[in-house]
Amino acid sequence: MPSTVNPHRGVADVPKTPVSVAPGLLDEVPRLRTKDLLSIADLSADEILLILDTAEAMKEVGTRSIKKVPALRGRTVLNLFFEASTRTRTSFEVAQKRLSADTVNIAANGSSVAKGETLADTVLNLEAMAPDMIVVRHASAGAGHLVGRLCKARVINAGDGMHEHPTQALLDALTIRERKGKIAGLKVSIIGDLLHSRVLRSNVLLLRLLGADVCVCGPATMMLPGMSRLGVRVTNSIDEAVEGADVIMLLRIQLERMDGYFFPSRREYFRLFGMTPERLSRAETDAIIMHPGPLNRGVEIASEVADGPYSVILDQVANGVAVRMAVLYLLAGGVQ
Amino acid sequence: MGWLCGWRCSTCWRVECSKRTLREQVSENRRTLLRGGRVVDPVNGLDERIDVLIEAGCVASIGDQAQHQGDAAVVNVPGGAVICPGFIDMHAHLREPGHEYKETVATGVAAAVAGGFTAVACMPNTRPVNDDAGVTQLILAKADAAGLARVYPVGAVTRGQAGEQLAEIGELHAAGCVAVSDDGKSVANALVMRRALEYASMFDMPVIDHCEDAVLVGDGVAHEGYHAGVLGLRGWPAAAEEIVVERDIALSELTGSPVHLAHLSTRGALRAVRAGKERGVAVTCEVTPHHLTLTDEQLATYDTNHKTNPPLRELADVAALVEGLRDGTIDCIATDHAPHHYDEKQAEFDRAPFGVIGLETALSVCLDRLVHAGHVTLGRLVEVLSVNPARILGVPGGALTVGAPADITVLAPDLPVTVNARTFRSLGRNTPFDGWSLRGGVMATIVGGRTAYVNEAVADARVFTGVR
Repeated sequence: MPSTVNPHRGVADVPKTPVSVAPGLLDEVPRLRTKDLLSIADLSADEILLILDTAEAMKEVGTRSIKKVPALRGRTVLNLFFEASTRTRTSFEVAQKRLSADTVNIAANGSSVAKGETLADTVLNLEAMAPDMIVVRHASAGAGHLVGRLCKARVINAGDGMHEHPTQALLDALTIRERKGKIAGLKVSIIGDLLHSRVLRSNVLLLRLLGADVCVCGPATMMLPGMSRLGVRVTNSIDEAVEGADVIMLLRIQLERMDGYFFPSRREYFRLFGMTPERLSRAETDAIIMHPGPLNRGVEIASEVADGPYSVILDQVANGVAVRMAVLYLLAGGVQ
Repeated sequence: MGWLCGWRCSTCWRVECSKRTLREQVSENRRTLLRGGRVVDPVNGLDERIDVLIEAGCVASIGDQAQHQGDAAVVNVPGGAVICPGFIDMHAHLREPGHEYKETVATGVAAAVAGGFTAVACMPNTRPVNDDAGVTQLILAKADAAGLARVYPVGAVTRGQAGEQLAEIGELHAAGCVAVSDDGKSVANALVMRRALEYASMFDMPVIDHCEDAVLVGDGVAHEGYHAGVLGLRGWPAAAEEIVVERDIALSELTGSPVHLAHLSTRGALRAVRAGKERGVAVTCEVTPHHLTLTDEQLATYDTNHKTNPPLRELADVAALVEGLRDGTIDCIATDHAPHHYDEKQAEFDRAPFGVIGLETALSVCLDRLVHAGHVTLGRLVEVLSVNPARILGVPGGALTVGAPADITVLAPDLPVTVNARTFRSLGRNTPFDGWSLRGGVMATIVGGRTAYVNEAVADARVFTGVR
């Protein structure tokens, strides 16, 4: 008989770190109940509001001449990016540095992953170096769940395949709240490649939880099955989606994934689903335009819209740093 | 004992061997009387307390004539135990040759008898593929060395399972294969499938098809539906199964040759089979215990032990499968036992291999979720686990008829069972049922009149130790 003992110690049941208040700076920090932030579904509405409020306080740090507070001094945070990323990785790193954490960046190329090491082995080796937190970006849905099961370190999902990108939804919520003063009752339309978008999934969960009226729009080839069960209105007509919207969120067409006959050409996509100034005129007069980046100008969004007065695309990026500071700070609250 | 002459050895499938083994057994002249057990044998219309006399590895007599056998060793069957014709799993992956780190023939048959199966049919997606008599012979030799359960190799339909050129099906048959299948893949080319059906019918071998339109599935890993959508898992649509099911039924109708559809999972597939059967097409099908009990809702934690091919479907499909089992649309329950190393399963969901093991859990899952839940009778369960697999594969078993091999599964239908993957005989640990508490299990497994397994968790089961 083979040994039934799993040589990967701690694989099955990693003892959860007992949550206790760290001495000093984090004494009075409210914390998130969850060990890992893998999905918006891990959070309650109150916790989301706590993150947004904390992020507003964190924004102030970015306006100082010395942009640094000692909140995470002595904490080790690994940024484990298995997928290309500029915005998210930089945003997390800036957030960590502003909180004085010790940051280590690991990219898939140039790491042991390139030599064929499995995700589980990579993570167990990194865990052996006792990091406090791991930020993971990976092409597979649920990769963060696997990392979270293997580690005592707290795991933040920075995008897992088509599944979720919770900090993106949080920074979007912060941006909306800043501009509109609220989220509940707003009419938010999300337009584009719904099927492949982790930004969509996180945003729908968050916006519904906070009481927004959400409409999603995209080609019939790029819908999620049974989407209306999420409490959203579903349409293939961009004009219908834009009509009366307070917030218009455009999703990126992932041109590198377009080998599945999803639409005939970029030209036709733009004609049917591209956001143009003419279409925008159907929205509320103070509607804002959002996009998680990177932009495909002339595919899902006309440059005139992306660069126009309604666009808050760069505010989203700025808020990304503040929101990630808030998440790191609140999650670390329980780290000894 | 004239019936002996025509029998092939059901381990190696050679007539010569059969005579030799049985002659040896006859000379030993061992006789065992199973006294007072409840015998459930649908073929012979039995569901009553009745004695069974085993002699020389075969059923020698049943009922009154069995009683007065002075020199037979007597086994007083414990109260509550049920004696059934041995269960035959017509769809398992024993992984040998080529993937011995996942499973071997020896560990596979040990798992089989521990799960109450007296025989298993093993799929050809080994390395090398079982498209050649040499591979078939190797598997049979390994099975012979292991003893325990009978092993029926299934040969490949096409060379290398590549879907292009027919394997030498005649030679595979001569070497001992009982069916052909490119399991793990569909035979994508309809002309190849047509020819395979026609050709295999010369040897009375069914063609078993894994129904999956590979282009439509693409890189899908989970049932295309609400849950896969929310979880960001690529969809494997029900239609990809149903298209091939419809095609295979049409080809069976065209050729008049029997086709057996493996591990069906969707309500549409069952609808097609039901319609085919109604108009007399020679189509049969099987379902797995996991497709009868689990849904895509369970994917929420990305547990790769819920990643199967075909994928776990939705509630309406599970309900339709249970109904199909009840109304006779479904002929068999087969495990699709697919062991993988835990390293392989401890991976990202979309990168982990498909498949779960089932030999050691199938019976408890079926007793608890189907019989005790009131969906089917014990007799119906015996039909789908024993009678029909024997009939479809054309192998011995399926009934405790006088003269048949004494392949017997003894059930403990009310035994409390807690599934613990660490105790499995299989090398695989990839079960979605780990930790489940179920009612009903195996008491003992008797193959060819010899006890191949006794469940040590049941004190009463010790009486079967002496059956040999």
